[in-house]
Amino acid sequence: MDPNIIREEEIEQLLAGLLDLYGYDFTNYARASLRRRINRIMIVDKLPSFAELFYKIKSDPAYLKHFVAEVTVNVTEMFRDPQVYATIRREVLPVLATYPFIRIWHAGCATGEEVYSMAILLEESGLLHKSLLYATDLNHNMVEQVRSGIFPMRHMKQYSENYIAAGGKQDFSQYYTAKYDRAVFSSTLRKKLIVATHNLVSDSSFNEFQMIFCRNVLIYFDKTLQEKVLQLLDNSLEQRGFLVLGTKENLRFSAIAPGYLPLAPKDKIWRKRQ
Amino acid sequence: MAQTTVGIRTVLVVGGSAGSLDPVLQIVGALPADTDAAIVIVVHRKAGSDSILSNLLAAKTSLPVKEVEDKDPVLTGHIFLAPPDYHLLFENRNYFALDASEKINYSRPSIDVTFESAAAAFGSTVVGVLLSGANADGAEGLAAIRNAGGLTLVQDPATAEVYYMPQQAILLGAAGQVVHKDQLPARLAALLRRQP
Repeated sequence: MDPNIIREEEIEQLLAGLLDLYGYDFTNYARASLRRRINRIMIVDKLPSFAELFYKIKSDPAYLKHFVAEVTVNVTEMFRDPQVYATIRREVLPVLATYPFIRIWHAGCATGEEVYSMAILLEESGLLHKSLLYATDLNHNMVEQVRSGIFPMRHMKQYSENYIAAGGKQDFSQYYTAKYDRAVFSSTLRKKLIVATHNLVSDSSFNEFQMIFCRNVLIYFDKTLQEKVLQLLDNSLEQRGFLVLGTKENLRFSAIAPGYLPLAPKDKIWRKRQ
Repeated sequence: MAQTTVGIRTVLVVGGSAGSLDPVLQIVGALPADTDAAIVIVVHRKAGSDSILSNLLAAKTSLPVKEVEDKDPVLTGHIFLAPPDYHLLFENRNYFALDASEKINYSRPSIDVTFESAAAAFGSTVVGVLLSGANADGAEGLAAIRNAGGLTLVQDPATAEVYYMPQQAILLGAAGQVVHKDQLPARLAALLRRQP
């Protein structure tokens, strides 16, 4: 892929347009990755020039949706990094079990695989009945997808292996019904989800949670935006609550770091101090 | 040990896949201790195969070896390893960035992604090396480095355990030099030694 199809000033023009016209603020996204994704969209969509791309974004609402969904990364899987879920099962769930009511936020949930993973853990620990899992993403399409609980059947073998690596003891296939090439997850899991659009860049805190997942979201932001989002997460987490980031993400550069104790440094799970 | 990010003149990016472990270890083993370059290694490996490769590399060199985390600084005299299941990019000359988006050439990390990013951030000061492998990843990235004026070396396919990957780079015209496996470590060491 030619990394130079789109020029730096064209990116600036595009980002300013997206913000002015639609309120999508990508200006503090990490630039190297953003540039790569915009280039990729232009190649995949066979757009010969920046002018063409910009015109489509301005004139075609369906294309705008498509662009936003493609420029943001929505790659995820169930029980991704199984050892993280093993740690949650072992060390976090026993603490959550002591609360009368459990609220968990999956911030930037994409297609929702991690939300369902957590719902399965809670169900197996007998905690799902007193839990609510809030799943938010800036993409409206993603939100619909999470609500449906329908995932491609072809991924189930991998997810089942992840589930077992995460300490799962049941038959993973009991959680879904196969319908042709789709796996429809059970309504027991779905009815505890609250799904909504929420933009971490521009929206504010909307509740207090005992646990927040924000995995592989911060890597797409520059340091300024990372800090802003971490402050938002901090404001949304109760004292003694748990924060879970992606396995290559870190709190260490943040002003909120002193307020947190590492629970499992390799798994990137922190606990907020009192 | 150089801890500064100022005045980096050279970044060495090394990519490889099947059959590249041996040449990677030889190259790392020969790196000069006083280099002003940052060394970045991207090899295809299975997700979750953590720390094993880091440990193997660390046993071969006195230079610090680190698997990159998000926004880690690019430091001279350090060896950085692309983590499994993430693409590794240079956000700019000072910081790395990670990206967990879809695989490129069936690979994450993709060598093309890192090479193209290196070319964009460091231009003609990049040295790119492509080793043994069984897919075409890396060839286009190496071409990007060459087009940006960087120096590109390809392992002679005849001396590679799997010829395909270096062959693709040569066919694409991305190879500045085609080098015998046994001569690569010394060639790179000479390029990276601190200039008086």
